[in-house]
Amino acid sequence: MSIAVPISESKASTLAPSASSAQSHLTPDFTRLSDAPAWFQNRAKAAWDEYQSLPMPALKDVAWRYSSAKRLALDSLHTATTPTDADKQQAIKQSHGLEKTAAKFIFVNDVLVHTSGTGLQPVCSTGILPVAKDDELAASQFDTQATGPCHVICLPFAEALKSHGDVLEQYLMKREAQLGSEKFAALHLAHVRAGVVVIAPKNAVLEHPIEVFHWTSGEGALVFPHTLIVTGDHAQVTVVDHHGSLHDEATQSIAVADFVAGPGSRITYVNAQELSLKSRALHISSTTVGRDATVKALQLHLGAAFSRNETVSDLIGEGARSEMLGVSLPFGDQNVDMRTLQNHIAPRTYSDLLYKNALYDQSKTVFAGLIQVEKGAHYTDAYQKCRNLLNSDEAEAASMPGLEINADQVKCSHGATCAPISADELFYLKARGISDHESRKLIATGFIEDVIAKLENESLVQHLDNLIEAKFARMI
Amino acid sequence: MTTETPDISDIKADNVGDFRFPEDHKYNSGFGITEKTVDYISDVKNDPDWVREFRKHGLKTFLEKPMPTHWATKDLENIHFDQFRYYLSDGQKPKRSWDDVPEDVKRTFDRLGIPEQERKFLAGVEAQYDSEAAYSNVKKVVEEQGVIFLNSSEALQKHPEIFRKWFGKVIPTGDNKFSALNSAVFSGGSFIYIPPGVKVKHPLQAYFRINSEQFGQFERTLIIADEGAEVMYMEGCTAPKFETATLHSAVVELVALKGAKIQYVTVQNWSSNVFNLVTKRGLAMEDAEVRWIDCNIGSRLTMKYPGVIMKGKRARGEVISIALANTGQHQDTGAKMVHAADETTSNIISKSISIGKGRATYRGLVHIPKHLKGCKNNTECDALLINSSSRTDTYPAINVRGNQHATQHEASVSQVSAEQIFYMQQRGLSKAEAMSLSVNGFINDLVREFPMEYSVELKRLIDLEMEGSVG
Repeated sequence: MSIAVPISESKASTLAPSASSAQSHLTPDFTRLSDAPAWFQNRAKAAWDEYQSLPMPALKDVAWRYSSAKRLALDSLHTATTPTDADKQQAIKQSHGLEKTAAKFIFVNDVLVHTSGTGLQPVCSTGILPVAKDDELAASQFDTQATGPCHVICLPFAEALKSHGDVLEQYLMKREAQLGSEKFAALHLAHVRAGVVVIAPKNAVLEHPIEVFHWTSGEGALVFPHTLIVTGDHAQVTVVDHHGSLHDEATQSIAVADFVAGPGSRITYVNAQELSLKSRALHISSTTVGRDATVKALQLHLGAAFSRNETVSDLIGEGARSEMLGVSLPFGDQNVDMRTLQNHIAPRTYSDLLYKNALYDQSKTVFAGLIQVEKGAHYTDAYQKCRNLLNSDEAEAASMPGLEINADQVKCSHGATCAPISADELFYLKARGISDHESRKLIATGFIEDVIAKLENESLVQHLDNLIEAKFARMI
Repeated sequence: MTTETPDISDIKADNVGDFRFPEDHKYNSGFGITEKTVDYISDVKNDPDWVREFRKHGLKTFLEKPMPTHWATKDLENIHFDQFRYYLSDGQKPKRSWDDVPEDVKRTFDRLGIPEQERKFLAGVEAQYDSEAAYSNVKKVVEEQGVIFLNSSEALQKHPEIFRKWFGKVIPTGDNKFSALNSAVFSGGSFIYIPPGVKVKHPLQAYFRINSEQFGQFERTLIIADEGAEVMYMEGCTAPKFETATLHSAVVELVALKGAKIQYVTVQNWSSNVFNLVTKRGLAMEDAEVRWIDCNIGSRLTMKYPGVIMKGKRARGEVISIALANTGQHQDTGAKMVHAADETTSNIISKSISIGKGRATYRGLVHIPKHLKGCKNNTECDALLINSSSRTDTYPAINVRGNQHATQHEASVSQVSAEQIFYMQQRGLSKAEAMSLSVNGFINDLVREFPMEYSVELKRLIDLEMEGSVG
């Protein structure tokens, strides 16, 4: 992006001069960085400069078509304050998640308040990490001395910064945001202190998911949860992020989740967003899929007045597979805004996107997806489907599925549909004595269930079904 | 094509439009566009005051509006508005007989086969040469039915009451930068009025020819089909290939009143130095139907998204689009469907072929606002890539409000299957022939929508474009 940088001169002269700008109320607490590695201090400060120099996305910005960056206005917000003991207790009490987890982390206002888990000791602590080489994760860069399967390293962000600074230096937000929220991503990097870093060495397989809860508390609280997953050869991990509000307050989350999947590895990720209906959520995510690796990522939009995800998948190794899934069921005047990019860089890669929205009341969804097949990415298979089930006369769905094909021998298709519940299906159920209301709910549940089922993890699917069921219950 | 006359036997079949005659202009607005240019055109054309005002307003809007490069291709920045001439004509009135048409112009259209086609199957022809119509004629039977078929300048003078009622109503001046430019300097184009209940059996045709270098052609077409009337209109276009850029920016407005039906067929074969930036839109009232059948083969950059506003109940809109992009070409085409009444239906079928380094883009808009019932849209766009450096993009936008509608959009991208080619080669066809057959098969169901004479021509043009792209 070429943007005039009015305050670029102040870059060298620390941050004091820019404190007068309108955005200064969000000045990061740089003292938190005192024992962080130098590279991170520099990047956080540079990100703050970048945030201030970037303009707020304009109304006519194509990346915000049918939506508006104004919905994420930061004016009335402040960085979340240290949680009270009562909030901590409540958060721990409310963090009902999966039955079996490999590890569980609970954050309130970007402060870690609880952690539990076994089998995550950093056994293979050095020399085990994939090193990016020529855009491809080299298969041989992993520890071969370690005998037997290595354990997965899973640490809170602040700790990982200290103990695994080298890994973070290599992977932390290296893929720039490009779907409209460059400014917000910079703000995230300037503030980030909470979240989880998962490093799975070669052959490490986690049977159960790692579960992370991010709670917000306080009117106008702004949090910056971070998730980073890096997997070595044939490693397998599942991570579930929950975002929620402790009280019925207007809060905002600007989350970043980045995944780097080494050769043959598997990453499954779920972002379950259940913020209060006054809140706003932004989730910026990038996935880099190496040779023969598979990444599945689901965006589940349940809460928030405005919820937006910007999800990018870069397929950089032959045989890479990316499944991008999304579900929303907005009601009232909820707004869901979904922007995706399937970026095929290497030949013989596969991506499949399936987003389904069931809309009620005056709710609105926007889907803008692009399949981009770069020069040389021959034999690409790329699919993209967005389906909207409109359940009210005032609901509105905008779909912008896109294709940009620059290679040969490509199989690509996309589809977008908008339709009400079919009268035949409704009749069938009602003829069997099921009430109109119940029939509609069943059909809508079935409509989104096939997205959830693609996760192919029974207990995870069951858990997410419960969340969806709970949302239906709230809608009555 | 005919080759019996000696003076055209030297034309190679693959560049049938690539020839030119020396310029002989009585009226020339000079390079660049200012208020003086607009006044000059108004003076030459003896415009009424309201038209002069309309032009001035168009100029102001044009100068104010930015280039739409925030979504469109950066190639637009290569258009230098001060390097075009905006009005060129020999000051002659359009002729009713080919015998009266100046020799150069007559030979031009002879070479393009227009008089021959007219005799064969057309109900009326208008032939535009640079800024003004050189020939305009409608068959007597059709004229007796009350059909008006004139160039727009004449219609302005002769039928202001119908003209003014609809002129600029479907596409307002400020719709986009290029419709504003057209409003400022428009000249030529057709005006058609079909009286209630009249069904014009044979197509009416217009042919647009650019002969001069560094020139912009800005025709303005307005077609009104009164209640229950039916008409098919066809347009074709060519220009010689110059080193410098040529600009073609037309505005076409269609009005189909209750129960009327308009079909608008375009075969665009501009030379590859032409920027073809056209705004086309139809208004369909109750039970009316507007169909755009659009084929883009030529030009350097085409940006054209024919639209239908379905304003009356049960109105129907359809866009059938074929685009062929060869090396050096960008066909940025698509459709716009605005549903503004209950039970309206629209259909978009687009097929594009990218050859060599050509780029084909589909851009679509489907809009179904709230409080409507029973609207339907179907969109299908398929792209075929011939070479490994060919490029294709699809950018649809579908906005639906309410739960009483159904829309579906589907797009696919594919190659000519190796099995098909192998099958045909086994049966003795060369690889190039097999490829050409395959490509023609890909668009065959759409080509059938064109009138017979056009579909034959179209297949030939596609074969020519395919030549040399394989093996």
